[in-house]
Order: sequence, then structure tokens, then C-alpha cells
Amino acid sequence: MIDDTIMDTAPTHAMSRQYFENQNERRKLNIDYEEACIEVKNLRLYYGASDPTLKKVSMKIPARRVTAFIGPSGCGKSTLLRCFNRMNDLVDNVRIEGEVLLDGKNIYDRSVDVAELRRRVGMVFQKPNPFPKTIYENVAYGLRLQGIKDRSTLDNAVEKSLKGAALWDEVKDRLHANAFGLSGGQQQRLVIARAIAIEPEVILLDEPASALDPISTAKIEELIYALKERYTIVIVTHNMQQAARVSDYTAYMYLGELIEFEDTLSLFTNPSQKATEDYITGRYG
Amino acid sequence: MKKWMSSGTPWIWLNAGAVSLSLVMVVGLLMLITVRGLGHFWPSQVVEAWYQPPGSERVRLLGEVVNSETVTPAVLADAGMSVPEGASLVTRLLFKHGNRDLTGRDFHWYVEPFMSARANPADVIVIERMEWGNFYGYLRALHAGSNVVADNADSARGLLKDWVQRAQDLRQRIRTIERRDIGRVNDRMEALRLEQRRHELAGTLSASALQSLAQRQAALDQEYEQYEQQRQALRDELRQDVLVAETMDGRLIKIPLANIVNTYMPNAMGLFAKLMLYGHNLVEFVTGSPREANTEGGVFPAIFGTVMMVLLMSIIVTPMGVLAAIYLREYAKQGLFVRMIRISVNNLAGVPSIVFGVFGLGFFVYWMGGSIDRLFFPESLPSPTFGTPGLLWASLTLALLTLPVVIVATEEGLTRIPRAVREGSLALGATKAETLWRVVVPMAAPAMMTGLILAVARAAGEVAPLMLVGVVKLAPNLPLDAEFPFLHLDRKFMHLGFHIFDVGFQSPNVEAARPLVYATALMLVVLIVILNLTAIAIRNHLREKYKSGSD
Repeated sequence: MIDDTIMDTAPTHAMSRQYFENQNERRKLNIDYEEACIEVKNLRLYYGASDPTLKKVSMKIPARRVTAFIGPSGCGKSTLLRCFNRMNDLVDNVRIEGEVLLDGKNIYDRSVDVAELRRRVGMVFQKPNPFPKTIYENVAYGLRLQGIKDRSTLDNAVEKSLKGAALWDEVKDRLHANAFGLSGGQQQRLVIARAIAIEPEVILLDEPASALDPISTAKIEELIYALKERYTIVIVTHNMQQAARVSDYTAYMYLGELIEFEDTLSLFTNPSQKATEDYITGRYG
Repeated sequence: MKKWMSSGTPWIWLNAGAVSLSLVMVVGLLMLITVRGLGHFWPSQVVEAWYQPPGSERVRLLGEVVNSETVTPAVLADAGMSVPEGASLVTRLLFKHGNRDLTGRDFHWYVEPFMSARANPADVIVIERMEWGNFYGYLRALHAGSNVVADNADSARGLLKDWVQRAQDLRQRIRTIERRDIGRVNDRMEALRLEQRRHELAGTLSASALQSLAQRQAALDQEYEQYEQQRQALRDELRQDVLVAETMDGRLIKIPLANIVNTYMPNAMGLFAKLMLYGHNLVEFVTGSPREANTEGGVFPAIFGTVMMVLLMSIIVTPMGVLAAIYLREYAKQGLFVRMIRISVNNLAGVPSIVFGVFGLGFFVYWMGGSIDRLFFPESLPSPTFGTPGLLWASLTLALLTLPVVIVATEEGLTRIPRAVREGSLALGATKAETLWRVVVPMAAPAMMTGLILAVARAAGEVAPLMLVGVVKLAPNLPLDAEFPFLHLDRKFMHLGFHIFDVGFQSPNVEAARPLVYATALMLVVLIVILNLTAIAIRNHLREKYKSGSD
């Protein structure tokens, strides 16, 4: 399905060393050939009686790829992300029209169990939010919710998840220490380990590195790169370089509308919309 | 000057002044009750002096000087005392004579200039008695029945310690028989009476049942008789030993050892012996039972009652308050109605406590207690079981009184839990309830403890409502003992706060009661501090456990 030609177009703006290293592995992608994991159909979202925050968004999020949402503050990219695991349900007076299909089933259908949905669609937030428990219990939290009590099952899952989040070597000697003793970057990877412990299909990342220093950010990005082998990843970011570095597809949103959705290279090198070009070249506003 | 004003220095002085003033008042209050309260237990020197106001006979005085005042002659004349001539200011001394049974008054003012030959004779003995307060005098002899065992002060002094100890042991044995053995027989007799009454109420009282009841009653009567005889024998033994002492006016009087709690000779004691006695007195105060209409002896039942009540109150108020706060903050739709409830809860904290007392009496005691009695204890009516003030109702009333504090503190704690943590849990597929119980409530636990600390501080110091719903000046039994069901929620209890009121304002002997008021007040303050420190230690432990990285 995937075209194997290696892209040799140079990026038009400055990007990190990592970006260039990844260039050789990067393939030309085409959304039309991807297997869809999440399909958004005519999604409208209103907070209270005001104008819609999301205006008739339709898109297809490909499976086992990294999709990035970029756009200025208040453009609705986090709101859209939060529609995928129905986190917006927690907000009072929110009204949602349209459909979000996960594996072909509308998650806003009345028969859907929200807790079950969130088990399939994990989420990592902007600021690390570990629970005031030990590192071990943080990772085991989701499993315990499912009623798993067997010690060896839990031990294995915790180890596997921490290894998956590239945190195991740093914490294996203090699994039963309080999670707040970890650094911000470690906490964020712990939160990712917590999310992958329950083996979701999709991982939503809401500006996961915006509160972290560059080194921790690089680690998180490497981790995202590794995770897409198994999970569909959607990431919201303010940092265009980051979007360019880690994502396969990028969506540019503006004022609640999806302006452009392309594979990352095309969007950054050859945007089809004027608005997108203005934004990525810094002429926005 | 203007520059000085605008520099802000006056403000700093004003603020610092307010802080110092508060500190001075608090420290002053604590110092006052500490010094007055703790000083009471120190065995002070006993003064002997000769006193001769003009125109009357020379008398010997013996006692502790507890107060001295410098007054004008006019004041003395008003008080009906003789005035020394030519003096513009006169010092008068308050003597504690003890010997209330002989003189009728154990405290008396004397004018200092009329005193002569003041001394602290070493052979003065102070006898703490079960009745009539202290005795001050000179030890002369010891009698066992009609035998004179020791006929002079020296030999009597040698034996006295053993005799007092023996009397104490005998009293203890009598108490054991009364409390444990006779108490049990009484309980069984009462149970028997209730059984008969139950049969009568149910109409199943047959002749054979009646006969069996009568037989068991007879057996119990016999058992009672047996214990009564034992008790009588011990009493007779106790009554034989008699101490003979000389009073300050030269009379010889006999004091049965049965009536003696402790004896000491303060003028002959060194510092170490006094310290030992001081410690002993303190321990007696904390662990002993009150005597003599609460003006003598210890306050243990009051301490115990206060602690029991506060603990029960905590056990009742914490779950109620926490559950209510969780509902109000987490589940209820935040609208006008919830706002009104919240305002009402806050206002409830401002309702005078006596109003809660009235409510507790009407609702808990008469309505709830009365209903419980009609449903479960019909056979003991008309004498009430739960339909009368008692520990349970007092705890419930105070729980109601402190409920707003716990609700407000818990709500504040819940609001402070970061949204991110809740979302983190929900995003892992937890339901709202799972998120609450596994993450939010544990994190809010320190705030709940803060609420409880405030509740305990308020409840332990509350007196007014308790007088209506369960506190008495003298409770015969502690609410916790070895008899089934061990914790007697229906019993009345004693309370330190009420004890202060009772000793200070209801006592016929004001001078004797005053130091006890200070000592009891100190005890109450210490108790509240201990209870609070415990709760604060628990809270700090929880805070350490659930401290969050972000704040």
C-alpha cells in the first residue's frame, strides 16, 4: 500500500539534527492508501450557546501512524483530540453533533460504555499528572481498575510498560518509591507507561512535551517514534518542528476548522493552502 | 515625621504590636492557669503562730498561708476584724486551717501585726482525708481497737506509713467487692426483673415460670448476702485502726484510718521528698476519682469522659461530613439549590451551641431515645434506657455541631485536587466513582483531617449543649468497662469543661475549689493540645504520603 520512494526534498525551514537523520527512513505517505483507525464525520462542537468551537470537521486518522494537529491557540485542536476519548463529556453544557467512528463504530452512540472507550483510547496530558502513589501503583492503576489482582501478571505488565516507555532502567530499583520523586520528563514517560499498560489502540498526546526541557522532549519524541509500531498516535503540539520531527501526517487547524490535512512532508514543504503556508513560515497573524 | 509615616514603619509597628498583644494574652493565660494549677499540688510549709488581737485571748494558729493582702484599716474594719492602731496599711494573711469538721471554716484571714512567734514546727502532720478535707495537727498516738499500739509521736510516725497502706488495701478490696461482685449480682437481679416484666407484657407469665424466677431470685439474694457479709467484715477490720492527733487549739481527736488517704509532714520533708509527693499528687489528680463534691481527689472520670465523647464524635462526624462534602462538591449539580445548601451549612456553624443542646435533647434524647426504648426495651419502662441523656446523644449532638466544619474543610480539599489528576484517572478508563475513591479522596484526606482537627478543638471545649444531653457532675461508672457490652453508650458521663463549671461555681467551698479550677482548666487545655497534636501528626503523615509534585 505504501509507496517506497525515499523523499529527497530538503526541508524549507530549520529543523533539528534528528529530523535530518530521520529523513532517510521517511517514506512518501499518502492518506488515501492508509487503513483508517478513527474517522471523523461532520463533527460540530458547541460550548454553551455560543458559536461552534469545531465547525464541521471531517478527517481520517490512519492506524499505526503519528498524526499531529497544529494551529494557533484556541483553534480547537485540543478540543478535537478530546472528542476522541469523550473527555469533553466532563465539561458542562457541551453539545456535540456528527460522528466519530473508532474501527467503524460511532463512539458517541448511546450504547457505548465511556470507560471501556477510554480503555481503548489512552491519553497523555500537557503537564505530567502521576497519581500520588508509587511508581509501580501508577502503572498498575489501569490494570487494577480492570480487576486484575494477580501479582505476577501485574509485575510483568508493569515491567513491560515501563520498558515500552523507556523508563525501566531509570526506575527499576525504586518501583515502590513515590512517583513525585521523578523528574518532570520521567513523570511524563511514567504517564505514558501508565497509558500503554492497559494496551489501548490509540494514544492521544495533548502537548506532551510543552512543560519539559529539550532533553526530556527529545526522549519523549524518540518514544513516540518507537510507539507507532504498535499504536495509533495523535499528538497536539504548538511546536511545528516537533510536529515535523515526529509525525507522519499533520493537520493544520484554524478557528475550529480543518484547513489542511496532508502527510507531514507535503504539508511543510508544499502546503496547498495559503493559510497553512503563512502559519508554518511564521507570517501568521 | 511625614517621611516616617510614608516609609511604612508605623504600619509594621502596628502589626507587630497586634501580634505581640495576642501572644502576651495567650502566654499570660497559659502561665496563669499553669502556675495556679500546678502550684496546688506542691506540699507547702505549715506555719504555726500565736495570734492575739487586742481584747481577746491568745490562740495558736496552724495552717498553710495561701494568700496575703495589704489593705487599708477601713477594709479590715468593714470585714469585722480588729484594726491595729496608727497603721495606714495593714497586711493580712489567709490561713488554710483544714479541720473543716471541727471549726466549720477551713480558710480564715488574720491580721499580721497581731501574730507572734511564727515557726514551722517539724512535727506538724497533714492528713488528707476521704471526708472533710485536710487535717492539720500533731500526731500523738495510734490505736488498734482498744489497744494503744503507739503512744508517742515518734513510734506512731514509724508505723503510720504501713497503717495507711493497709487501710488503702482494705478499701480497695471493699471497692472490688462493691463494684465487681455486688455489681454483677445487681445486674443479674435487674435482668431477672426485666425477664419477669417481659413475661408480664407478653402475657406468658405462668405459675411455673414465676416459681423458677423466684428460685433464681432467692439464689441471687443469698449470693448478695454472702458478699455483703464479706464487705461488712472488711469494714469492721478497717474501722478498728484509729489515729489520735492534737489540733491547733489543743484538743485530741480520733481519726479512723478508714478515712485517711495520705499523710505527710511537710516541715520535715527535704526537697526530694517534696518532689516525690508532688509527683504523686499530680498522678493522683490525673488518675484518681473525685471526692467531696468534686473539690478533692482527681479528675480521671472527667478526662475519660471527655476523650470518649470526642472520639465517638469524631467517628460519627467524619464519615457524615466527608460523604456530604463529596456529594455537594462532586455529584450535585452546582446551581442555586446547592449554593443555598452550602450557605445553610456555613450558617449552621454559627448557631449558638446551646441551641444544638436543645435540639439534641428534643430530637435525640426524647424522640430517638424514646422510640428506641419503646421498640427494644419496653420491659424496663417507665425508667428509660436510651431515652435519657447519655454518651451517645452527647456525641451525636456534638457531631451535628461540628459537621459544618468538616464539610467546609473537605469541600475545600476536594476543590484543590488538580483537574489533571482526575482526568488522568478517567482517561485510563476509570469511572467517576473509581476516580473518587482511588485518587481524589486519598488526596483530599489531609484536608479532611484539618476539618477533624477543627471539629475536635471545638467539641472538646464545648460545655453548654452537653449539660442538656448527657454530662453530669458525678457519674458512678465510666462509660467503658469490663461488663457486656463494654461500651455503654447510654451512660451519663463526666466532662472536664463541665467539671470546671461545677467545681468553680457550684461548690460550697470556694477557697478550696479555686486551685482545682485552675488545675482542671490546665488539664483540659493539655488534653485538647494532645488530641490536636495527634490529629496534626496523622495529617502531616498523610500529606507526606499524598504530596503532589506540582504544588
